[in-house]
Amino acid sequence: MTSAHDKYGRPTVVVTGMGVITSLGAGKSQNWAKLMEGRSGIRRISRFPTEGLKTTIAGAVDSVPVEPFCSTELAERMAALVAEEAIAEAGLGAKGNFPGPLFLAVAPVEMEWTHREALAAAAGANEKVGYGDLLRASASGRFHSIHERCLFGSVAEHLAERFGTKGSPISVSTACASGASAIQLGIEALRRGEADAALCIGTDGSVNPEAFIRFSLLSALSTANDPPEAAAKPFAKDRDGFVMAEGAAALVIESLESAQARGARILGVLAGCGEMADSFHRTRSSPDGKAIIGCIRNAIADAGLTPDDIDYVNPHGTGTPENDKMEYLGIVTVFGERAKSIPVSSNKSMVGHTLSAAGAVETVFTLLTLQHQRLPPTINYKIPDPAIMLDVVPNVARDAKVTHVLSNSFGFGGQNVSLVISGEPA
Amino acid sequence: MPDAPREAWITGIGMVSCLGESADAHWQGLNEARLCLNSKSFAPYFVHPLAPIDLDRLIPKKSDQRQMEGWQRIGTYAAGLALENAGLKGNRELLARTDMIVAAAGGERDTAVDCNVLTNKAKSANPGVFLNERLMSDLRPTLFLAQLSNLLAGNISIVHGVTGSSRTFMGEEAAGVDAVRIALARILAGQSDLALVGGSYNGEREDLLLLYDTGEQLLRGSFKPVWERSASPGMVLGSLGAFLVLEARTHAQARGRAPRARLRAVLSERSSRPAQAVTRSLTAMWQKLAPQRAGARMAIISGATGTEPATGEERAWLKTVSDLPVRATGSKLGHGLEPQFPMNIALATLVLGRGKLFPAMDSSGVELEHDGPIDQVVVTSVGHWRGEGMALVEAVN
Repeated sequence: MTSAHDKYGRPTVVVTGMGVITSLGAGKSQNWAKLMEGRSGIRRISRFPTEGLKTTIAGAVDSVPVEPFCSTELAERMAALVAEEAIAEAGLGAKGNFPGPLFLAVAPVEMEWTHREALAAAAGANEKVGYGDLLRASASGRFHSIHERCLFGSVAEHLAERFGTKGSPISVSTACASGASAIQLGIEALRRGEADAALCIGTDGSVNPEAFIRFSLLSALSTANDPPEAAAKPFAKDRDGFVMAEGAAALVIESLESAQARGARILGVLAGCGEMADSFHRTRSSPDGKAIIGCIRNAIADAGLTPDDIDYVNPHGTGTPENDKMEYLGIVTVFGERAKSIPVSSNKSMVGHTLSAAGAVETVFTLLTLQHQRLPPTINYKIPDPAIMLDVVPNVARDAKVTHVLSNSFGFGGQNVSLVISGEPA
Repeated sequence: MPDAPREAWITGIGMVSCLGESADAHWQGLNEARLCLNSKSFAPYFVHPLAPIDLDRLIPKKSDQRQMEGWQRIGTYAAGLALENAGLKGNRELLARTDMIVAAAGGERDTAVDCNVLTNKAKSANPGVFLNERLMSDLRPTLFLAQLSNLLAGNISIVHGVTGSSRTFMGEEAAGVDAVRIALARILAGQSDLALVGGSYNGEREDLLLLYDTGEQLLRGSFKPVWERSASPGMVLGSLGAFLVLEARTHAQARGRAPRARLRAVLSERSSRPAQAVTRSLTAMWQKLAPQRAGARMAIISGATGTEPATGEERAWLKTVSDLPVRATGSKLGHGLEPQFPMNIALATLVLGRGKLFPAMDSSGVELEHDGPIDQVVVTSVGHWRGEGMALVEAVN
């Protein structure tokens, strides 16, 4: 039985198109096939020299050429690719005329070293280069392209122009929860009745030396460089950090009413979203797990469900000692005894942590899980952590009956978002 | 039976700028002819420097202050002022239900590290390895957290305890407009009862001057108010922090809070800015506000940047709409990108509270002196590159 409105009387929001690119490949079918095989996309970094770095591996997307490399450019190109895939699947609107707003999760934009070096070269400073030299060069008027590329709104603006989305595009950052936040903003807009459809995208192309070194200096990255594909070990006892990765995912979301009216194929329901911010610390969760627990509970309640209705969890599951411990605390607190039997498998064991894109990438993978009724594994799970007794779907994919899935995303800065994704309208 | 239409009140404002850190300081500064301008430190560029603020009062832990860069300290402080103004400060129950949308850029850099790398990298035997070595040893680990856009919101959660929800919008002026627009839409739709929304900007930074200078977007030569820059256009950056507490009328009344103003509507538009696009956006938004605009006792507070063609088109559009009094706050406070629109809504709230407008700062004929009472203010935003926005703020009688 399908209903145009949920139990709270709000428009039911469904997904009608998806696109994804990760270190496993481009497109849904390639990604799904490799997830099912338990393949890893983590490789030795070839984009820049890694001498002197503690971590030398990443899940970079090298299949999209950007020369000279620019993270924001890569993020934009990947976002365009996945949006094309999603819109084609949804069959909504006309080329360059998408009938709804854009919500984009994207990493903060920065001027990159190539830009600064171009300015320094143009300044022709002999001895010591200072910002005064760069400013002298910038005033020449030859660097307008840097201004446009490095504005924080530029990726969303270019995508809005290309796909013809409606209204002012939103660029959202909640660190590693950004992808889920973009979807949440879309769900809320449709529930308000502001639009019948929205395009939600998460994208991240941050494998450049400086971004990489910043995470390394925070001791967040795995240093288990050999072999690269074994480095990401969510929930395992020997987990030692996340593996930085790139990727993008797009979802065309619609009100169920609008999707049914045009006879669209419904890929799943975005049944609920919840969030709660943590006020404890910039990079660590409150030890009592309050914000994580509250976030999960808010999402399940927003879906009009109870914890007993959830039959699979797509966790944040980064593979850092801290995240996985706290996420386990959240899952155990919310699900109680059932926590031991609900499958919880981390896509990040295979694709790495796609940062701003992760919430969107994992939503696409969750929808594929619902569609295929098959759970992707947590690979590299060799040594169970006795403090984390979960069914992580160790190492091998398996069939399962899945109806309602909880997907978690937790960001630095204490920004937590959970989504509840269902196979079909309740 | 359907509920009565929901209404959003502004129950708190927090502002910091070159004019100071209180409502009174801002009102006084706007009424004085004095200009707070630093024309030396970043010559040939001008900046409106932040007035001294007592950080310790609202960010009491030194360890918190150390974990932030300037833009985060400005924003966390301004957020504290808004929470205090709304009677929320220290109220853990309400703060745990406060939804936050922050408009932020970020990326405050260690310019000494940058300059060292730029000076020596090309000369080194292996430039890529040299970059790795320098960044690994010279970057402070916590600097990253002071650079991340979403960590202004993170710091507000940590310092002030705002935890209902937390979202950060990026994208220059438009981020500020859309932050307020979505916070308002959520309240009007019943998705939220209480919201903290705003942003901050540190205008006194070489690295950000550089970004806007690559686009030739900065004023050089001699200082002029924004409407008078058409011959030599450009922004003058200002350090700004501005936050609003928006609250459902029912929620405010239930806790006995009086409104400072009503936020009636916020609109935004985008275009890729062909000629006259700004005019079309402003006209479309102005017409959408027509049913709510009462007319006579109205003023326009403009977020004009002083760049072209953005400000030129806004100037021409203003002449077509009416003879309403106009004030561009960028002439006085500088341009702060993300927080400019929330700041102008806060200043509109100030105007409505006083019931009158502050003096003009323009000799080009856009701003005219006006003595009459004011009970509605339209706030405009025309981003220096993209994004147009408009708000209607009104007195609650």
